[in-house]
Amino acid sequence: MRAFRVTIMLKPGVLDAPGQAVERGLDALGYRVEQVRVGKVIEMIFPDGEHAGVDEMCARFLANPLIESWTIEEIPVGAAP
Amino acid sequence: MTWGVVFFPGSNCDRDCVHVLRSVMGYQVVEVWHEDRSLDGIDALVLPGGFSYGDYLRSGAIAATAPVMRAVRDLAARGAPVLGICNGFQILTEAGLLPGTLLHNASLRFRCRSAWVRVESDRTPFTAGLRPGTVLRMPVAHGEGAYFAPPAEVAALEDAGRVVFRYCDPQGRVTPEANPNGSVAGIAGVASDAGNVVGLMPHPERASEALLGSTDGRRLFEAVIGALVGAG
Repeated sequence: MRAFRVTIMLKPGVLDAPGQAVERGLDALGYRVEQVRVGKVIEMIFPDGEHAGVDEMCARFLANPLIESWTIEEIPVGAAP
Repeated sequence: MTWGVVFFPGSNCDRDCVHVLRSVMGYQVVEVWHEDRSLDGIDALVLPGGFSYGDYLRSGAIAATAPVMRAVRDLAARGAPVLGICNGFQILTEAGLLPGTLLHNASLRFRCRSAWVRVESDRTPFTAGLRPGTVLRMPVAHGEGAYFAPPAEVAALEDAGRVVFRYCDPQGRVTPEANPNGSVAGIAGVASDAGNVVGLMPHPERASEALLGSTDGRRLFEAVIGALVGAG
């Protein structure tokens, strides 16, 4: 088995409303932050030989290429749920 | 004619659409389950609003993979009128049947209020016979309704007359104040290249009975009848 972690973020310039909301919350708690961006993390475990196409999964479904970019990293199988 | 209304898990305007089309307007309506694979006998289709699959991943993203969507694509390819309302609009963009996407409202707030939209194009079955410039009053109720597409794509949509509805004030003026969600260019609804697939964030089914304050929404459903008769 192999495990992968996909991190999906809004592209620069796309309004990140959740990021702004979190920023306001941190500000309300007295923390000074320059910028907050909110994204998604998706972890997947594949059976042997079935891990190909993670990038295609991102482009077709896991992310919206119009507004989001993604990075893919392999992680130890034990690290994923 | 026969309408279809698709029920996804988490749709919540499905019954409203069926009520308006069947009980208010008197059409045949088929209730379509998201696992159905056939839309045989359906002349025009509505994808209703709601929160399909809890808006998980992205609004509409998971519904776009439902078994029924293959049949929706086929129906759209045959030129049948397909209308996505609110979450239905989000589903159609996620399915690639309409361009662009819907972002969180710029205000960060869920907007639930009356809105006015100006008809920008009569080259769709849902606006056939509606003179461009016509102002319609329909409610909006969404947290993720800010229409977005890259500038070049928006320009192409404008040039092709595929911007169907634009938020405006009651007098038809497109102003920043009239835009409830920060949509680019005030866009409230767009059409497919062929024009038969239309999505919009406002709810025509909630503006189809005088008791509810507006009957402007009925004009979208009525327009389809004229368009189908004209095409037939």
